[in-house]
Amino acid sequence: MIEFSAVHKRYPGGYEALKNVSFSVAEGELVFLLGHSGAGKSTLLKLIPLIERVNSGSVIVGGQNVSKMRPQAIPFLRRNVGQIFQDQKLLYDRSVFDNVMLPLNVTGVHPRDGARRARAALDKVGLLPREKSNPIALSGGEQQRLAIARAIVNRPSILIADEPTANLDAGYAAEIIDLFAAFSQVGVTALIATHDANAVARAAAKVKTRTIELRAGELVAGAPA
Amino acid sequence: MKAWLRLHGMAFGATLGRLAHTPFATLLNVLVIGIALALPAGAYALLMNLQQAARGVSGDPELSVFMALDAKKDEVAAIGPRLKAEALVARVEFKPREAALEDLKKNPAMGDVLVALNQNPLPDAYVVRLKSNDGDALEKLAAGIRGWPKVESVQIDSAWVRRVAAAIDLGRMAVLVLAGLLSFALLAVTFNTIRLQILTQREEIEVSKLLGATDSTIRRPFYYYGALLGLLGGGAAGLIVYAALQFMNRGVAEFSRLYASDFRLEFLPAGDLGAILAFAAILGWMGAWLSVTRHLREFEPR
Ligand SMILES: Nc1ncnc2c1ncn2[C@@H]1O[C@H](COP(=O)(O)OP(=O)(O)OP(=O)(O)O)[C@@H](O)[C@H]1O
Ligand SMILES: [Mg+2]
Repeated sequence: MIEFSAVHKRYPGGYEALKNVSFSVAEGELVFLLGHSGAGKSTLLKLIPLIERVNSGSVIVGGQNVSKMRPQAIPFLRRNVGQIFQDQKLLYDRSVFDNVMLPLNVTGVHPRDGARRARAALDKVGLLPREKSNPIALSGGEQQRLAIARAIVNRPSILIADEPTANLDAGYAAEIIDLFAAFSQVGVTALIATHDANAVARAAAKVKTRTIELRAGELVAGAPA
Repeated sequence: MKAWLRLHGMAFGATLGRLAHTPFATLLNVLVIGIALALPAGAYALLMNLQQAARGVSGDPELSVFMALDAKKDEVAAIGPRLKAEALVARVEFKPREAALEDLKKNPAMGDVLVALNQNPLPDAYVVRLKSNDGDALEKLAAGIRGWPKVESVQIDSAWVRRVAAAIDLGRMAVLVLAGLLSFALLAVTFNTIRLQILTQREEIEVSKLLGATDSTIRRPFYYYGALLGLLGGGAAGLIVYAALQFMNRGVAEFSRLYASDFRLEFLPAGDLGAILAFAAILGWMGAWLSVTRHLREFEPR
């Protein structure tokens, strides 16, 4: 489903964020991407929905070589990849409900269908009672769950999450991990960057998982590809 | 296809919402555009009225053809049919010198002077009514007749009408220049308004792009906004011009009564008004396009 081959990523200014990274994630797998701060986890995830582009090597998503993708095709790739950003990127000028409607609005879904799907997604993360609130009024864990609801509302086949349990206490983190385990069970392919060992352990206890690790931009040898 | 229509509908709805969300700023923008467009539109309306008035006063143009004093009777008589044969000529009226003298004698101020003369100083004349108001054709015809035998002089009675027409042409040029200049004002207003909107919606735009919004989905509401702003501004211009003409008509009514005329300033015809609205909407769209193209480029992700 996701395949990196000899990927190099150098940021303008010359910093080598990823060096010769190769791995793949099969359909329906739940893979954790480990690594210290600055190891290149976010960079790696951003290559999948083409927020960043590789300098060399190739990234294949759902059979498409995204490194060769035409600009007009990028939005359609992004609609099929649910993203949970490290900084969440919620919009605080509108309600919880409207935040979840955003991915549907940009694709022209009928408002009635959209509202139904948005409520279903909010229900899945347990935020339906808060649909009219402003995200600013939600707790950290609730905001994180809102970000998840927005990521899954388009029913993407791939989910990428950048430190979804960062800054959450154990209880909240466990809720979030249980959500990912549930998505995995229904066949969603997921790649989750984290340095939360407890979260990885909790997920592994529920569903089959795998971990890969980045160290200073390189995949740690020995991790099964 | 349905999704596409819906995207348009949603963009339009969002645009209306945005306009209504900031009523004061919207009103100010509409007024600025309205005033900028009202100047050339108003000048154009006045010119049209002036042209109408000039046409009403002049009636059909006339030529007076004066014969030489030494022209013989048959030489004078030969001119009549020649005049009638001209394509532009509608009617020819011969005014013999004796009749002209009689007319003059009726004027009490002139009577004494004429009695003192022992000779008729007036020439035979033809008064020629013409079919056309075309100044150049008139001028050419007059020049031709001047060359005929024993014709002393030819006078175009409507020369001042031509002067008015020339002035109107000049005025029309001025209106065009004014419209061109003030179009830039409209362009600048929409450009800047949309620049501000893009800045305040920066987050929404960036997140939308991350979530898979196409470029056109992001641009569309701004285009609608620009076009709608232009349209509303054009409407405001129409209202301003209408109000100004109504106001001026009070003065005109007074003036017309003195001349026993029912002349009053007319509003722009529907076609011209429609053209102004369409022009304003297109300019607004263009301002939006320029602004969006200029400012969305800087956004991440691409
Ligand atoms: N836009 C950028 N321009 C230049 N350098 C960047 C950019 N983004 C990231 N980097 C650099 O690339 C390296 C990897 O960054 P990245 O964000 O991928 O790390 P990370 O593993 O996600 O870290 P964290 O756990 O802190 O989120 C860092 O050293 C960072 O300074
Ligand atoms: Mg990161």
